Amino acid sequence: MSTQTAKAGTAKSDTTKSDTTKPRLKTSAMIASIAGADQRTRSAPFGHALVELAKKRPEIVGLTADLGKYTDLHIFAQAYPERFYQMGMAEQVLMAAAGGMAREGCIPFATTYAVFAARRAYDFICLSIAEENLPVKIVCALPGLTTGYGPSHQATEDLAIFRGMPNLTIVDPCDAIDIEQAVPTIADHPGPVYMRLLRGQVPVVLDEYDYRFELGKAKLLRDGGEVLIISSGLMTMRALEAAKRLERDRIGVAVLHSPTIKPLDTETILREAGRGGRLVVVAENHSVIGGLGEAVAGTLLRAGVTPPFRQIALPDAFLDAGALPTLHDRYGISTEQVVAQIKGWL
Amino acid sequence: MVSERQGGSATPQADGGNRLTAELARRAYNIRRHALRMGEVQGQGYVAQALGFADVLAVLYFQALRYNPADPHWEERDRCLLSIGHYAIALYAALIEAGVLPETEIESYGSDDSRLPMSGMASYTPGMEISGGSLGQGLPIAVGVCLGLKRKASRSFVYNLLSDGELNEGSTWEAAQSASHWQLDNLIAVVDVNNQQADGPSSQVMSFEPLEARWQSFGWHVARVDGNDLAALSEAFDSARNLQEPKPRVIICDTRMGRGVPFLEGREKAHFIRVDPDEWALALEQLRLEA
Ligand SMILES: Cc1ncc(C[n+]2csc(CCOP(=O)(O)OP(=O)(O)O)c2C)c(N)n1
Ligand SMILES: [Mg+2]
Repeated sequence: MSTQTAKAGTAKSDTTKSDTTKPRLKTSAMIASIAGADQRTRSAPFGHALVELAKKRPEIVGLTADLGKYTDLHIFAQAYPERFYQMGMAEQVLMAAAGGMAREGCIPFATTYAVFAARRAYDFICLSIAEENLPVKIVCALPGLTTGYGPSHQATEDLAIFRGMPNLTIVDPCDAIDIEQAVPTIADHPGPVYMRLLRGQVPVVLDEYDYRFELGKAKLLRDGGEVLIISSGLMTMRALEAAKRLERDRIGVAVLHSPTIKPLDTETILREAGRGGRLVVVAENHSVIGGLGEAVAGTLLRAGVTPPFRQIALPDAFLDAGALPTLHDRYGISTEQVVAQIKGWL
Repeated sequence: MVSERQGGSATPQADGGNRLTAELARRAYNIRRHALRMGEVQGQGYVAQALGFADVLAVLYFQALRYNPADPHWEERDRCLLSIGHYAIALYAALIEAGVLPETEIESYGSDDSRLPMSGMASYTPGMEISGGSLGQGLPIAVGVCLGLKRKASRSFVYNLLSDGELNEGSTWEAAQSASHWQLDNLIAVVDVNNQQADGPSSQVMSFEPLEARWQSFGWHVARVDGNDLAALSEAFDSARNLQEPKPRVIICDTRMGRGVPFLEGREKAHFIRVDPDEWALALEQLRLEA
């Protein structure tokens, strides 16, 4: 097996000359949403789904570390002020206190940005929540490369970090529909869950397909003879767009959406990858190290299933600051780059 | 070329204070102007913080801090650590006014391949000492820089600019404890208390008073001032520098977001504000009239 990733970005030092032909894109332009201009969207699907669920589940509480507005939890806070806990910008307390509430019968939904949960609060999640298998649902905005603020805010290795934590279930939904269906499902799950969140105006994509979110299940969204893309999160959106474009060039692309990163649906993955004759591409909004790509690679290799295999993932590097469309292009996860990489491999 | 700026004290003469304050006011005005022009590039952002913090930065860069605009890595400089990455707009404005950055880069703020990213990082910008943005790391880093400087018998001071939001983080208080344990008399923390965080007023997000007593109980020398009063700031920075006790020092600055532009100051407070395209010219005009 070989792996391949996008080229690294341009050097920071010699790129200050302004390009006079076209205006430079701005970092803040897509600050509240990853949606493209032509995409259908729904507003704050996580917040609304949680409010809906909380009507029937009085044990649900919401906690945040000064990021209620930026994780759509403010919708829940407005609907259930007496069930909302503002913990201040203190991610370690957020997680350990959520664990404490869970001990006493609550089902806490704790929100912050993915970087701060994964990096700063890791030890607290590990011991105060996961080791005792407590039902805390950690829901985090800005997963992978979904902000142009640079390494302080880009959670390019959150899956790698969290995959190493025993007992933790990991979910990476694709769109508003996925999120809405995942919320009640992860609440029902008896243990801790980490869910990557798209917030604000969230694209609606999966209603075009015969799809239902099931925890632990990968779903084949479309079939195709030449390429099988296995993807999660927003890269499923990109994979579906890429598949449509490649179809025009008579390249058949199947898309297997695997929103549960852990435990991985190895049965479905082995079945689809084992069909033979197809290039297997894993596409993820995450570092090439330790995410869905390596999880799938290990699954295949352990089972002796060895199709041609490629990864579309972010490079193992601290990524640039800038506008998201620029960065997605630069690091190979825009639809155009997905199409180009796949064509290059065929 | 501007030569090395020796940091230190306000002029002791009777009328010198007024002259200094007038000079600082001119600098603060320019810092606000640069910040507004950067804000306009994005059309939104952390403009109100920059306006609120401009007076503190004027005193810092034009009275307190020792640096060489031509050589941001000059070994004998005072270190100015911005942990609040999103306040980069304010620091860039000060660095432009100080001659460390050229004014022409204003138009590139927060744009692709700029040296002035939305969140401040050391690898991008001359004069930006650390990569901030993961809040609560500035004061711990400052502790280490102070220890490192002491090992070199350096006389440089270390300033850490932090926000009231960062007072929520345990790491800030772990560092506060460490700084007094190590008797870091070369450390000056500057806290911008603008009573604002991402989710709302800081006092509601996580109550933080009594702030002076909290820092004092951690073994710090504390001054609390109106962060938009140049004379008061000037004196507080002098005292912090000249204090003879072997203690770290903190200057708590109560600031008003949007200060200097009445319609922004009067607007509903928010962490991230949007300003309409036609309002930027009005903001610059109001700033000029207020000055
Ligand atoms: C460790 C960490 N947690 C959360 C955030 C997200 N965040 C960015 S700014 C901010 C508010 C912090 O308060 P403050 O700096 O006082 O905000 P301001 O005065 O600028 O509104 C938050 C929660 C962060 N950058 N770092
Ligand atoms: Mg604040």
